Amino acid sequence: MLFDAVHNAGPTFFHLAPLAVFIPLLGATINFLFGRRLGERGVASVAVGAAAVAFVVSVLQWLSLQGHHEAVTVPIVEWLTIGDFQVAWAQRIDTLSVTMMLVVTGVGTLIHIYATAYMHYDVRYKNDPRRYARFFGFFNLFIAMMMILVTGDSYLTLFVGWEGVGLCSFLLIGFWYEYDILGNPSTANARAAKKAFVVNRVGDFGFLLAIFTLFWYFGTVEFEGVFAKVHEVAAQHPNVLLAVTLFLLLGVTGKSAQIPLFVWLPDAMAGPTPVSALIHAATMVTAGVYLITRSAELYLAVPQAQAAVALVGGLTALVAATMAVAQYDIKKVLAYSTISQLGFMVAAVGMGAFVAGMFHLVTHAFFKALLFLGSGSVIIALERAHHPLPDDPEAQAVAGHHGHDHAAHHGEHDAHHAPFDPQDMRNMGGLLRRIPVTSWTYIVGALALAGLPPLAGFWSKDEILLEAKHLQPVVYGLLTAAAFLTAFYVTRQLVMVFLGKPRTEAAAHAIESPRAMTGVLVTLAVLSALGGFLNAPGVHAFGHWLEASLPEIETLPFNLTVAGISTAVALFSMALAWSLYRRVRAWEAWQHDPLEKVLGPGLFDFLRQAWHWDDFYRAVFVQGYDALAAFLAHTVDWRFWHDWFHDTIVAGTYRRLSRFLARPVDLGIIDRIANELAGSVQGLALVLRGLQSGFVRTYALSVFVGVVLMLGYLWWVIVR
Amino acid sequence: MVPTSFYIFLAALLFTIGAVAVLFRRNTLVIYMAVELMLNAANLAFVAFARQFEALDGQLFVFFVMTVAAAEVAVGLALIVTIFRTKHSVDIDAMHELKG
Amino acid sequence: MNITEFVSHPLNLVTFFPLVGVVLLLLTPREAKNRLRWIALLTSGVTFAVSLAVLARFNPADPQIQLAYQRPWFQVAGLQINYILGVDGLSILLLLLTTFLTPIAILSTWSAIEERVKEFMVFFLLLEIGMVGVFLALDLFLFYIFWEFTLVPMYFLIGIWGGPNRMYAAIKFFLYTMAGSLLMLLAIVYMGLHYGTFSVPEMLAQGAIGGAVQNWLFLAFAAAFAIKVPMWPLHSWLPDAHVQAPTAGSVILAGVLLKMGTYGFLRFNLPLFPEAAVHYAPLMGLLAVIGILYGAMVSYPQQDVKKLVAYSSVSHLGFVMLGLFALTAQGVEGAILQMINHGISTGALFLVVGMIYERRHTRDLDQFGGLWKIMPIYGALTLITTLSSMGLPGLNGFVGEFNILLGAFGSQALGSPLYAGFAAAGVIFAAVYMLYMFQKIFLGPVKHEVNKTLKDLSLREIVTLLPLIALMFWIGLYPKPFFALMEPAVQHLLAGLR
Repeated sequence: MLFDAVHNAGPTFFHLAPLAVFIPLLGATINFLFGRRLGERGVASVAVGAAAVAFVVSVLQWLSLQGHHEAVTVPIVEWLTIGDFQVAWAQRIDTLSVTMMLVVTGVGTLIHIYATAYMHYDVRYKNDPRRYARFFGFFNLFIAMMMILVTGDSYLTLFVGWEGVGLCSFLLIGFWYEYDILGNPSTANARAAKKAFVVNRVGDFGFLLAIFTLFWYFGTVEFEGVFAKVHEVAAQHPNVLLAVTLFLLLGVTGKSAQIPLFVWLPDAMAGPTPVSALIHAATMVTAGVYLITRSAELYLAVPQAQAAVALVGGLTALVAATMAVAQYDIKKVLAYSTISQLGFMVAAVGMGAFVAGMFHLVTHAFFKALLFLGSGSVIIALERAHHPLPDDPEAQAVAGHHGHDHAAHHGEHDAHHAPFDPQDMRNMGGLLRRIPVTSWTYIVGALALAGLPPLAGFWSKDEILLEAKHLQPVVYGLLTAAAFLTAFYVTRQLVMVFLGKPRTEAAAHAIESPRAMTGVLVTLAVLSALGGFLNAPGVHAFGHWLEASLPEIETLPFNLTVAGISTAVALFSMALAWSLYRRVRAWEAWQHDPLEKVLGPGLFDFLRQAWHWDDFYRAVFVQGYDALAAFLAHTVDWRFWHDWFHDTIVAGTYRRLSRFLARPVDLGIIDRIANELAGSVQGLALVLRGLQSGFVRTYALSVFVGVVLMLGYLWWVIVR
Repeated sequence: MVPTSFYIFLAALLFTIGAVAVLFRRNTLVIYMAVELMLNAANLAFVAFARQFEALDGQLFVFFVMTVAAAEVAVGLALIVTIFRTKHSVDIDAMHELKG
Repeated sequence: MNITEFVSHPLNLVTFFPLVGVVLLLLTPREAKNRLRWIALLTSGVTFAVSLAVLARFNPADPQIQLAYQRPWFQVAGLQINYILGVDGLSILLLLLTTFLTPIAILSTWSAIEERVKEFMVFFLLLEIGMVGVFLALDLFLFYIFWEFTLVPMYFLIGIWGGPNRMYAAIKFFLYTMAGSLLMLLAIVYMGLHYGTFSVPEMLAQGAIGGAVQNWLFLAFAAAFAIKVPMWPLHSWLPDAHVQAPTAGSVILAGVLLKMGTYGFLRFNLPLFPEAAVHYAPLMGLLAVIGILYGAMVSYPQQDVKKLVAYSSVSHLGFVMLGLFALTAQGVEGAILQMINHGISTGALFLVVGMIYERRHTRDLDQFGGLWKIMPIYGALTLITTLSSMGLPGLNGFVGEFNILLGAFGSQALGSPLYAGFAAAGVIFAAVYMLYMFQKIFLGPVKHEVNKTLKDLSLREIVTLLPLIALMFWIGLYPKPFFALMEPAVQHLLAGLR
């Protein structure tokens, strides 16, 4: 590079990299321990500050890497040494990890800022303001764990972060553990959290096996060491690499919500919306994509594994998109959309288009975070209009304004307890007028998702499609179909939420969110609009940047046909959706979904129930496990093994044996011998007692006789 | 000099009288006296043999026997007094509580 | 034997110091309950301090027996029986675990045991003597005495202060352990006659007994240890004992007594019968894997929290056994660490269960729900304990399980990575039952009115748990010093197996 010399002279900040982990950790600790005393403002400052410091650290890493793109290892601590298994916790700072750091901390900081306002309302609507601090504790903890994940220089360190973010995900999905998604008392949220954890554990199981295989065949789990031996191992044990890559793929399907383990992500929407934005859209779920990119050397050596990954990604992209089409919940649409978009990324990195996949990861982080945060803003807007909080003057004013309407609509019902789902798109409509900032930013994000030029999503998706057409035509077909559906559900959502007339009282009086939220939305909207130019054809700044961390990258030239086809597909799909949902605009209350008429209720419901995938798992795995476990526990272990075998057979046999020994054997034989002995002694005594007359003279006589006899005997002996 | 056999005969006679008395008399006091008689018969035999063998051992033994006899009489008389107080009798056959 | 010389040796001191407490307890009137408690607590605290002094004098780089104390004890039929105590990398951590858990367990009885405090504390300190002795004894005869001696106080702890079905549980516990021990006793006698000594170091110096006899001896020892561990399918006494035992009893039972079984395998079965150990490794591995999966599955449907935790012990100790019989450095060291981890995590789980039992006098999962909101500190501490028990990275359980699985995966003795593969599935199951338990107790809405007025943990209860939690983090985040303690000894052990 031209400016290398200049940059090399500049200072480097690699030694600061550990701060990206420790500062958020510190923030989390402060909020856990002292959060209640700090007050909301204090908690928010600590949390946002910690995330921002992590972002600054990441930027410093980026600056430091400008000069030399070579990976730098920052050792932190020697973790353990057992025999020849040595793991140190060290950070690997290279262009790939810094990309992830920037995305996580950048988007993360924005979402932190947003959450300071969002959670203010959320904790009040859920009647537990004290939980504000806990939320930000978990949030900072998540940033720290994510930093461990992306900067780890070995598979083990990566796994530690991988599980750590899973824990945060669990804690945050179940953040309102005493409610369901509508705020009714229930264990539903808690169960969703458990489901996420357990499903992820299935993936982690694969990841663990991959690590074990790596260690025993490569002798190390550090990236450098593993990659250096790829060819050697590939030559000696051809199947080992396939096993490793497929085990890793299982891990990826868990964390990045791919078929067959994607089922946890829609349920994960139980978490507060900033959680969905940060963890379940922008960062954590992309860890799988990062993992495959990181393991590029491994995957490139096994074409079968690459094909498998690409196919999984392509299928997921399409299948999840079909599910998104029929959702009513504003966040569920985005959830299935996220699964689908993750499928795009996984497919890309599976094909070997690592830059394209990572590029899409970055742009997706922008626009999907924007969409989730926008949906959160919508939800809060409706919630505030539906039942204003006592300390919310803005909402009180609106409520006063339409107070009589309220009464008329709800009659005697208490508005606060009327069943109202602020996430259901059927309760929305016409929000564009009421909450313009949220609406317009949302529209930008949605169009970026649909892949319209020149928004960010267009460039990254186009690059994936381009590579796919070149590398895996089948996957290209799957992805194009998915892109078609993407544009469709995006348009459907936009129409249902923002256009037409408000279909409920709440929608009619929706209140724009405070500036902390809208400011973040605008920032993300700008990023979603312009982020694509990072790697636009001809620029390829992102590609060059990542080149240093990746093996052999070939950049395909911009292909007008592919771009044209994808744009045309998107536009056609949007037009189709528009023609279907146009009528919805005029509706005052919800009627049937137009798509339901086209597809028929059966198919529509099939899509809405996510192909009954969850039901299938529940019937086969969950109930199967429940039944097996109950059978083992109650019947096999307790009734058979504990009660029957041990109590009846072992203890019972012993008891019967001892009874046998006691009665017939002991009493009949042993006791009798003893008794008879005693009896004969007694009889003898009866005879002998006659001698004991009590008369002293008799005794004296017997002594006398005895002496005489003895003397007589002696005399007889001597004489003889 | 009187031969030793004379003494022995006398001692045997005395012992037999004592033994017969012990066996056939019922008065406890008499039995005691008879026992004394037997002891002294033994003493006589001791002394007689001591003289014959010109050894002092036999004479020494006589002193032991006499001491023991004295002690025995002391204890025995005390017992007899106690028994008399409870039984109002010195008949030896009245005392047969140890009958088996 | 000179008393001063005997007492001044740190290993004798750490073993028999609790006797001082026993004497003091006997001299204290039974009505002075708090004084009795303090005496027991301080005695066990000092014992812990002494064990730290042992640690300070311990040289981690030396793979051999250290600080050995050997005196001839008595002779039977020409056989010299020695009193030998010693410590090495295999036992030092277990010694520390024992002396560390005892004061914590005593602290947990402060308000839980109100009846016969004096006897309770006496038995507890006697139990500590037995346990420490088991981990330090290096003469088979002496070991057997300590081994059997631990039964007596535990029998009374369950039988007197236990739950409604305590006599059944106590007798079952006693008889099962006893039954296994008798086979071991036969083997010990045989070995004594064969070697002409009961001293383990001397036996090792003479070399292993060859031929089929070694297999029989291995099995005889294994019988005693496997029941104690307990290995599947010999675990049937465990749920009874745990459910009936008082909290402190469960803590020690899970924390230390079960480790005596795994320690027995490590100390005697592996080095004394090396060929048999290799020969039976696949069998032991198989039983261990079955135990892991079976224990995890059986835990899940339990309604009684204590029973749930008891069965989880079967699963966790399956991991330990798998690691031991992987016969690789990673496996064995992971197993030793996992013994410590299980002591800490499961000990803490039993403490946690005891705390809620004291408040509600039930352990039925359906009686709870939503407690996190009412008892936030309790919820947070339990969460950490739960996560530690299910092996989350950053906490202790992961380090142990990971190394065990890693060691088992490439183990030549086991011969197949499938053992580790199936055992790793246990990690999934562990998440299922642990999270289920946590959810049933802490998450969801508060269903029962009684639960709304529950008090959060008292300072004493927090102090009881904090050392355990701190250790969970320490081992999880920086396990290096723990492995450094055992590494040379384990390498030495494994070198003897090759």
